[in-house]
Amino acid sequence: MTEFDAAAAAVQAALDAGARYADARVMHRRYESMTARNGDVEELTQDESIGLGVRALVGASWGFHAVPDLSDAAARDAGRRATRTAMASARVPGPPVDLVPVQAVTASWASGCQIDPLGVPLSDKGDLLVDATRTMAEHGADLAEGLYQIWDTAKWFVSSEGHRIDQRIRECGGGISATSIGDGETQRRSWPSYRGQYGTTGWELVESLDLAAHAAQIAEESRALLTAPPCPAGETDLILGGEQLALQIHESVGHAIELDRILGWEAAFAGTSWLDLAQLGSLRYGSELMNITIDPTIPGALGSFGFDDEGSPAVKRDAVRDGRWVGVLAGRDSAAMASLDYGGSVRADGWARLPMVRMTNVGLEPGPHTLDEIIAATDDGVLMDLNRSWSIDDKRLNFQFGCEVGWEIKKGRRGRMLRNPTYTGIGPLFWRSMDMLSSETVSWGTPNCGKGQPGQVGHTGHPAAPARFRNVRVGVSA
Amino acid sequence: MSGQTELELAGQVVELVRRLGGPAAQAEAVVTRADLALTRFANSGIHQNVSESTVGVRLRVHVDGRTAAGGGSVVTADGLSALVERTLTAARLCPPDPGWPGLTPPMPTPDAPPVDEATAHAEPDQRADRVGAFVAAAGGLSTAGYCRTAHRSSAFANSAGHSAYGRSVEAAMDGIARRDGADGVARRSADRLSDLDGAELGAQAAAKAQAAADPVELPPGHYEVVFEPAAVADLLQNLSFYGFNGKRYAERQSFAEPGAAQFDRAVTVVDDPLGGSGLPFDAEGTGRRALTLVEAGTTRAVAHDRRTSAEAGAESTGHAVAGGATWGPMPRNLRLTGAVAGPASAVGRSTTGAAGGAVVDADTAALVAGVRRGLLVTDLWYTRVLDPKSLVVTGLTRNGVWLIEDGTVVRAVRDLRFTESYPRALGPGAVLGLGARAVRQPERVDGAWWAAPSLRLASWHFTGGASG
Repeated sequence: MTEFDAAAAAVQAALDAGARYADARVMHRRYESMTARNGDVEELTQDESIGLGVRALVGASWGFHAVPDLSDAAARDAGRRATRTAMASARVPGPPVDLVPVQAVTASWASGCQIDPLGVPLSDKGDLLVDATRTMAEHGADLAEGLYQIWDTAKWFVSSEGHRIDQRIRECGGGISATSIGDGETQRRSWPSYRGQYGTTGWELVESLDLAAHAAQIAEESRALLTAPPCPAGETDLILGGEQLALQIHESVGHAIELDRILGWEAAFAGTSWLDLAQLGSLRYGSELMNITIDPTIPGALGSFGFDDEGSPAVKRDAVRDGRWVGVLAGRDSAAMASLDYGGSVRADGWARLPMVRMTNVGLEPGPHTLDEIIAATDDGVLMDLNRSWSIDDKRLNFQFGCEVGWEIKKGRRGRMLRNPTYTGIGPLFWRSMDMLSSETVSWGTPNCGKGQPGQVGHTGHPAAPARFRNVRVGVSA
Repeated sequence: MSGQTELELAGQVVELVRRLGGPAAQAEAVVTRADLALTRFANSGIHQNVSESTVGVRLRVHVDGRTAAGGGSVVTADGLSALVERTLTAARLCPPDPGWPGLTPPMPTPDAPPVDEATAHAEPDQRADRVGAFVAAAGGLSTAGYCRTAHRSSAFANSAGHSAYGRSVEAAMDGIARRDGADGVARRSADRLSDLDGAELGAQAAAKAQAAADPVELPPGHYEVVFEPAAVADLLQNLSFYGFNGKRYAERQSFAEPGAAQFDRAVTVVDDPLGGSGLPFDAEGTGRRALTLVEAGTTRAVAHDRRTSAEAGAESTGHAVAGGATWGPMPRNLRLTGAVAGPASAVGRSTTGAAGGAVVDADTAALVAGVRRGLLVTDLWYTRVLDPKSLVVTGLTRNGVWLIEDGTVVRAVRDLRFTESYPRALGPGAVLGLGARAVRQPERVDGAWWAAPSLRLASWHFTGGASG
């Protein structure tokens, strides 16, 4: 019995039990991670999981059931249970459910991979982290940590409309962090970001990060931060590095344009959105430099795929064009409810989770400047980079971010280092204040996006480059 | 799917390690079957309704002085062999592990509370009916939330001859009612689905939503506060993960100083994993038991697994988790002990006018009555740590904030952002009152909960209003 056979059996059983639509995903995921601390391997974990999840639509109600068993009997039982659960949903019905049309296809897709990350000897991977963390410890870090993670996921999708799609997506990445501990506080510096940079690529991504070459510098900076002056409090011009801007996009744009949030489907947990569908196409989200795309076709970016988890092909779309809000992240049912004609952004975190609206690659198109030009054009401001903390309200408006490091900018030059830099603001006001944007774009990967109940962890990509924002409140402290 | 019991499977994995890795190979295995179900509603209708029947194996091996861990969902003979072979291979390729603490020796497993079979085998109709009651009780307000049930059956075995078995169940319900953008919440965790009253929770959420209408914006600053149990749960969670974590303590990243009077004398915090339905052993097979973390304001202990306890020269407190070498042992069943229960006050006595539904229990009413000027806070949201050692946290209020003047809730307030050191806010002299009755709040995954009464604090630093 093939994976397609198991998925097809589950779908057929769901239809036989009374569903008007059903789809099933078989997923086989291998995961490997290693952490190192102060020159020793701390933990090595290798997991392998395979199973099937089936989703059934009865009337206006969904049901979902998942099992770790691909036998015909188990698959059929899962299909029947999904339908039975959907029927229970009808005891408290919602509005009618439709699905925007998607062409049923038979297709295969695989992400690019030059060096199979699971094929790289563990000893080589261990040496990389051990050497980098030892160097950080030798250069003053009290806590020198390194990490890599690898996911190798094969999945098979079948729908009652005729889809048969298989995909193989390999993702990996890693990074290092140095923490220095002082009296009553800690300071951290990371490379290339805390818990690393990730993509839908092979081990070549980790090699390109050159962790060892940055170990000494970040360790010394973490130590120096303990005695650096604190970031002053007040309003100033703020320059954000690309890594921090990627998370700013994630939190204050990516989540805000999720259609399930806009429709209230996440109201009790993740929250809603300040965006109102009546303003789609007309609302000014940011300055004219702000062009945000939803693009799961970017080779190597962490949010890339061939098809989403309800069979919609990867398509690039605009979310914000010239500062105006024009698009959303949607699924087939949420799009139909909002009278839109596209889904394409639905994914499930493994076989045991319901597919839901998720970010793919949501990022800023490059601007006309460079970081050096932005600094040179700034008379008085602060440059902040690498995220340390993030918090935003349930409508995705009021945010506060902390960064690992800040630098004073005076008369067009980068000056002394500042510790505990934070900034806060309101999403659309902040984005409307962006007046300079670099062309130095990197597709940052975020492998830890939490959403949904039961919880799901999403892998998202965020092309971003350094940018300047005017009159931002910085230096918030306890 | 194998028809073997969890204990048989765990023993089989350990035996495979001995056979494939030699008699010196050390192994510990945990096998867990789980039936988890969650019925989710929004806009007053069920929109997501999921269940899963899963099995998982966690294996950790120590061979030739080296350690590796692995996991899998395939419990056929071939699947288990593959898991053992790849984990042994991984261990042999790893650098030496000088900190390996050894396996848990045979020891009795504590008795766990009995499992409610009705909850363990709850049907989707039962969850849907509670959702229906919540929706109906909200009186026409839009509602959203979930009702979930969880049942785990888990076994542990290691090559030192120790084995253990246990089961756990949990039911939880969490919902909001919404009125013109103002939300009210009701949230409970219980050992029995039958203890969750959807109508009671829906009515409570609706009353709070009605009272939260037409909020005004207040300037940031230091305010005296009364936190309801949902907000106190966030304090406990962050204190646990960042402070009472034995790994962070060993790394000097924790504020905790056992023996020091770090909190107000009103504060006693106990981790009580078997105070509700819970597995009686941790990921290393160590029996779980109550652990006093703070006693009358004095920090007494941090949580340990075998690795952190060996480093600290202490005993494991039964807090090992999968991945613990990286994240550290964390208590996940904290109970903030309340004041001695006295006669209940009249609910709502300390409120007035449109804000009359803001206070939903006698404990909170009594605390509010003592506040000259301050804020009543229902819930905290999106809290993130700015610095782990001082445990400075930023976040926002959610699901209802009200201004208190002269012991009376006078009006709803728009949400505020705060930036505050949690240990400092709970420090000596900072706790002005504590309710008598702890209310158990669910965590995002079953098996973890935070039980707390309402809490009155002298000062909380709000650093921004809803408008920035």
